[in-house]
Amino acid sequence: MLSRTAESLYWTGRYMERADFLARILEAAVRLAALPARDGAAATAWASAIASAGVSRAFAASARTPSEKSVREYLAFAPDNPSSIRACINAARTNARSVRTALTIELWESINGAWNGLNDFGEPTKRDDFVRFLEWVKGVSLAVEGASSRTMLRNDAYWFLRLGGAIERADNTARLLDVKYHLLLPAGERVGGQLDYFQWTTLLREVSALTAYRWVYRESVRPWLVADLLVLNRQMPRSLASCQAMIVSYLERLAADYGRRGPAQRLASARLTQFNEARIEDIFQSGLHEYILAFLGENNALANAIHDQYLV
Amino acid sequence: MSGTPGSATVRKSYRTLARWLETAPPDLLQARSRQAELFFRRMGVTFAVYGDVESNERLIPFDVVPRIIGAAEWEHLEKGLKQRVSALNAFLKDIYGPQDCIKAGIVPADLILTNPHYRPEMQGRRPPGDIWTHICGVDLVRTGEDGFLVLEDNCRTPSGVSYMLENREMMMRLFPDLFAEHRIRPVETYTDMLLASLRASAPEHAGADPTIVVLTPGPYNSAYYEHSFLADKLGVELVEGRDLFVNDDIVFMRTTEGPKQVDVVYRRVDDDWLDPLTFRPDSTVGVPGIMAAYAAGNVTLTNAVGTGVADDKAVYTYMPEIIRFFSGGDPILGNVPTWRCREPDALKEVLDRLPELVVKEVGGSGGYGMLVGPAATKAEIEDFRKKLEADPDDFIAQPTLSLSTAPTLCGTELQSRHVDLRPFVLSSPAGVRVAPGGLTRVALKAGSLVVNSSQGGGTKDTWVLDD
Amino acid sequence: MRIRIDHETRYAYARPARFIVQTLRLTPRSTEGQQVRDWRIETDVDARIRRSEDAFGNIVHSLYTERPTDSLTVRVTGEVATVDTGGVLKGFPERLSPLVFLRDTPLTHADPALRELAGRVGDGDPLSRLHRLMSLIHGEVTFMVGATTPDHTAADAWAQKQGVCQDHAQIFIACARRLGIPARYVSGHLHRRDGIVEQDAAHAWAEAHVENLGWVGFDPANGVCPTEHYVRVACGLDALGATPIRGTSYGGAGERMTVALRVRHMQQTQQQQQRQGWS
Repeated sequence: MLSRTAESLYWTGRYMERADFLARILEAAVRLAALPARDGAAATAWASAIASAGVSRAFAASARTPSEKSVREYLAFAPDNPSSIRACINAARTNARSVRTALTIELWESINGAWNGLNDFGEPTKRDDFVRFLEWVKGVSLAVEGASSRTMLRNDAYWFLRLGGAIERADNTARLLDVKYHLLLPAGERVGGQLDYFQWTTLLREVSALTAYRWVYRESVRPWLVADLLVLNRQMPRSLASCQAMIVSYLERLAADYGRRGPAQRLASARLTQFNEARIEDIFQSGLHEYILAFLGENNALANAIHDQYLV
Repeated sequence: MSGTPGSATVRKSYRTLARWLETAPPDLLQARSRQAELFFRRMGVTFAVYGDVESNERLIPFDVVPRIIGAAEWEHLEKGLKQRVSALNAFLKDIYGPQDCIKAGIVPADLILTNPHYRPEMQGRRPPGDIWTHICGVDLVRTGEDGFLVLEDNCRTPSGVSYMLENREMMMRLFPDLFAEHRIRPVETYTDMLLASLRASAPEHAGADPTIVVLTPGPYNSAYYEHSFLADKLGVELVEGRDLFVNDDIVFMRTTEGPKQVDVVYRRVDDDWLDPLTFRPDSTVGVPGIMAAYAAGNVTLTNAVGTGVADDKAVYTYMPEIIRFFSGGDPILGNVPTWRCREPDALKEVLDRLPELVVKEVGGSGGYGMLVGPAATKAEIEDFRKKLEADPDDFIAQPTLSLSTAPTLCGTELQSRHVDLRPFVLSSPAGVRVAPGGLTRVALKAGSLVVNSSQGGGTKDTWVLDD
Repeated sequence: MRIRIDHETRYAYARPARFIVQTLRLTPRSTEGQQVRDWRIETDVDARIRRSEDAFGNIVHSLYTERPTDSLTVRVTGEVATVDTGGVLKGFPERLSPLVFLRDTPLTHADPALRELAGRVGDGDPLSRLHRLMSLIHGEVTFMVGATTPDHTAADAWAQKQGVCQDHAQIFIACARRLGIPARYVSGHLHRRDGIVEQDAAHAWAEAHVENLGWVGFDPANGVCPTEHYVRVACGLDALGATPIRGTSYGGAGERMTVALRVRHMQQTQQQQQRQGWS
C-alpha cells in the first residue's frame, strides 16, 4: 500500500477519534458547570475542558478567557483552532477523500455524511441545541467505526485506520485522567467531597464507563479505582492498557501481513509488557501525574516510530 | 432523425432505435434521464472546471439517446485511425531522431524546432518499441455521407475514456432491452487492452509483471475522477508526485513495505510539470529526477515526453502529408480544410472571411481561446482580428463545418444536436488497437458547434454495431 | 593556458534532509579550444553519482545521497588546458539543430523594450550585428551583484539596466533570437587577469550561431568574445537550462547555499611541483 494512503487512513482514524473525545469533554463540562457549587466551579469546569483537550496554550494565545461561550465555541467550531470538532471532521474527510478508493462505500458515506452534517448543524448557541450537536458527533464516530468494522476487509487499510484511532484514544484517556486528578478540584473543595465525587462520576460518564465501574468494582466511586479502571483494566476499552493492547494487535497484524517487524512493533510490545506488570498502588506511590506524563511521551514516541516505519 | 443537415433521412444504423422509440411510453426517456443523473451524482462521476470556484465539482450532462455507428462505417474508421496513429508515432520517432520529414520538406523545420511542445531534451531518445503516443484520442466529425474528418489529434494526455466506459455502464443499466435488440460491440475491454498495452511498453528489465502506476496531479485536477477510475480498473496504484522518488536513476514508490521499483508510469501530468529538475522548477506535482531515470531507460512514461509537438494545431495541418510520407498511402481519414495563418495568403483570406470561420489558437485546447465567427459579436470578431494580425503564427482557421447531428433529449422532446466523436487508440510494441466506440460529445445548445465539456457540452454513449 | 578550478557548493539545512537528489552540470567537455584533464566530482557525504549526457551535449551527473544529512558539499576540481579559438566553438558534439535555439523561454522572452534594443542593432552581416549587440549591452547594463536574482528574466534585467553575467547573457540571447539568430546560454569559468583567484560565482556568457562559422561565444558582461581564459562547462536555452546544480531535498528545511570558487592559472613550476607530488 502507498505510504500516503496509509498515512491518510491513519489520520482519518485519529481525527475521528479526536472529534469524539472533544464532544465528550464538552459534554462533561456542560454537566459540571451546571452543578451548584462554590463560586468559580463553573469557570474551573470550562478551564479544565481546555486543559483536557491539550490546547491551553493556544487558547490563551487567542486572547480568550474561559467561559461557557468561549470554550464551547473554541473547542467545537473556532476557525482559528486547528483541532476543533469541526476542524477534526473536516480533516478526517479530507484525508478520507484522498484515499477514497481504499474505503468502502459505507465508510466513505458515513464520513462524508458527517461532513455534510456539520453544515446542517451550523453553530448552535442554545445549550440544548449544543448538547444535541455533541450527541450527534458521538453518533457520527460510532457510525464511522461501525461502518469500518462491518464493511472493510481486514487488511492493512483497516489496520492503519484503527491504529490511528487507538493511538489517539490512548492519548485522550491519559489527558482526561491527568486533568481530573490535578486541576479540576477548586481550592476550598474537599477531596472526597461532593464536588470531587461528582467530578469523578462525570469523568466516568465521559468515557461511557460509569456502569462499567460499578460492575467491575461494586463500590462507590473512589479515585484510585477510577484510575485503575482507566489505566490498567483490560476489560475497559478506553483504558491505557486496552489501547496499548489494541495498538500491539494492529501492529502485529501489519507485521504478519508484511512479513516484517520493525521498531514500532518492538516499542509497542515492550510497553504492553510494562502494563502487564504494573499495579495501581505502585503508580500512585510514584505519582499518577508523572506516570501519565511519561505515558504521553512514550505514546508520542510510538506514533513517531509508526510514522517513520510506514508513513514516509 | 440522425443525418447531415438538409438530409431528412434516418441513417440505417438508427432504424431499430427509431422503431423502439416510437413504441416507448412518452415520458420514458425523461425518467431514465433523471435516473442517470442520480446514479452519476451518487458515484461522484464529476469533472472540475477551471476557474469555477462556486462548484468545483460538477456533472457533465449525459444524454440517454445513444449515438450509433454501423459496422462497415466503423471498419473504415478503425483502419483510418490505425493508419493515422501509426503515422503519428512514426512522425514523433523521426522528429526526435533523424528528422527525415524535415529534410524532405514535409513540415517546415521552424514549426517543429521552435514549437513549445517540441522537447529538445528528448532529441536522440528512443522509448521502448519507438512508441511515443501510447494512448491517443482522435477527435472526429462527420460532415457528410462520405464519412468522417479528423478535427484534432490528442497525443499528450487525452481524457474522456472514463466517460466512454461509465456511459456504457449506465446505458446497460437503463435500457437492457435495447441492448438485446442491437448487437453492440463491447467497450468494457478497453481497460484490459490498456493494461496489456502498458505492460508491453515496459522497459525490458521489468520482466513479465512490470509495476505500473497512474500518476495524477491530485484531487484538484479536472480529470481526477478519471485518474482514480482508471487506476481502479487497471488494478494499479494511483500515485501523486510525492508518492514517487528517484534514487540511482530508478523510480520508486513509497509503500508501507518500503520503496518499490516502478517500471511504467501512465502519467496524467503534463510535460512542463513532470520533473522540476528538468522542466518547470516550481512544479510540486512532478517527480524530481524522473527524467534522469527515463533517459537511463529504467522507466517508461506513457505517453512519452514531447508528444505535444504532434498534436499541435499548426502541425495538424500537415498531417495528410505526414501520413503519406510515413505510411506510403493516402490518408484514409482526411483533415478538416484548414488555413495556416502563418502563410500570408491564407492569413489574408482568413481576415477577409473572419465572420464565417472558426479560428483556433495553435497551442490552445479544451475550446478555450477560439473564435467561432458565426456565433461571435462584431466586437469579439474585431478583438480577435487584432490578436490574429499581431501573431498570425499562433492561429489556424477552419470553415464552420456543417457537423452532423444526432437525436438528443432536450427537455421533453428529441431534437437534433451537433456531435463529434473521440475514439481511443492504444499503441504499444505489441501493436495498435482501437476500442470499438468512443466518447461522443454533444453540443447541448441548439445550433452550437462547441462540444467541450468545459463549455457546456454533454456526452452520449457510442454504439458500434457488430453487423 | 592551464587553468585549475576548485568549485565548492555547500548546502546546509536547519532541519536535516532525509534524502537529496541533484542534477549536476559541472563537468566541462573537451573541445578544440579546451582539453579537460583530471576532472573530479566529490561529495562530503556518501552519495551515488550517475553520469550521463543530455541532448544539449552537456555532461550531466545525477546525485543521490545515501543517508540523512544536515549538509552536503559538492566539490569539483580539475584542470583544463585552453587555447584561443577566437571565440568559435569547435569539436563539440551537436545533437540539436541550431533552429532549436530560436525558441522563446520565459527567462529570455523579448518584451517590447528588448525588441526595441534588438532593433537598434541595425543591418549588416550577422557577426557584426552580434558584436554591436554585445557592445550595446556591455555599455548600457551595469554589472551589479545583488541587483537581480537567478529567476530574473532578461526583460527584468534590461528594465533596470543592472545585473550580473547571467542577465547580460540572457538579454543578449533574447535580442539575438529576435534578430533571427540562434543563441544559447553558456555557464563556465573565467580566469581573471587581475590576479583575483577567489570568485563569488561561476561565469556565464552566450553563444550565437553564425552561418559558415558555427557557434561563436559572446561575453556581454565583459564586452569580449571568449579567449583562452574561458572554460566552457554547460549550455542550455537559458540560465535555468545550464544551471550548475538543480536539486531537491526531502525532509530538509531552511536550506542555505554557499559557493567557494577558485580559478587559477597554473604556472609551469606549479605544474611540475604538482606532478612530482603525485608521482
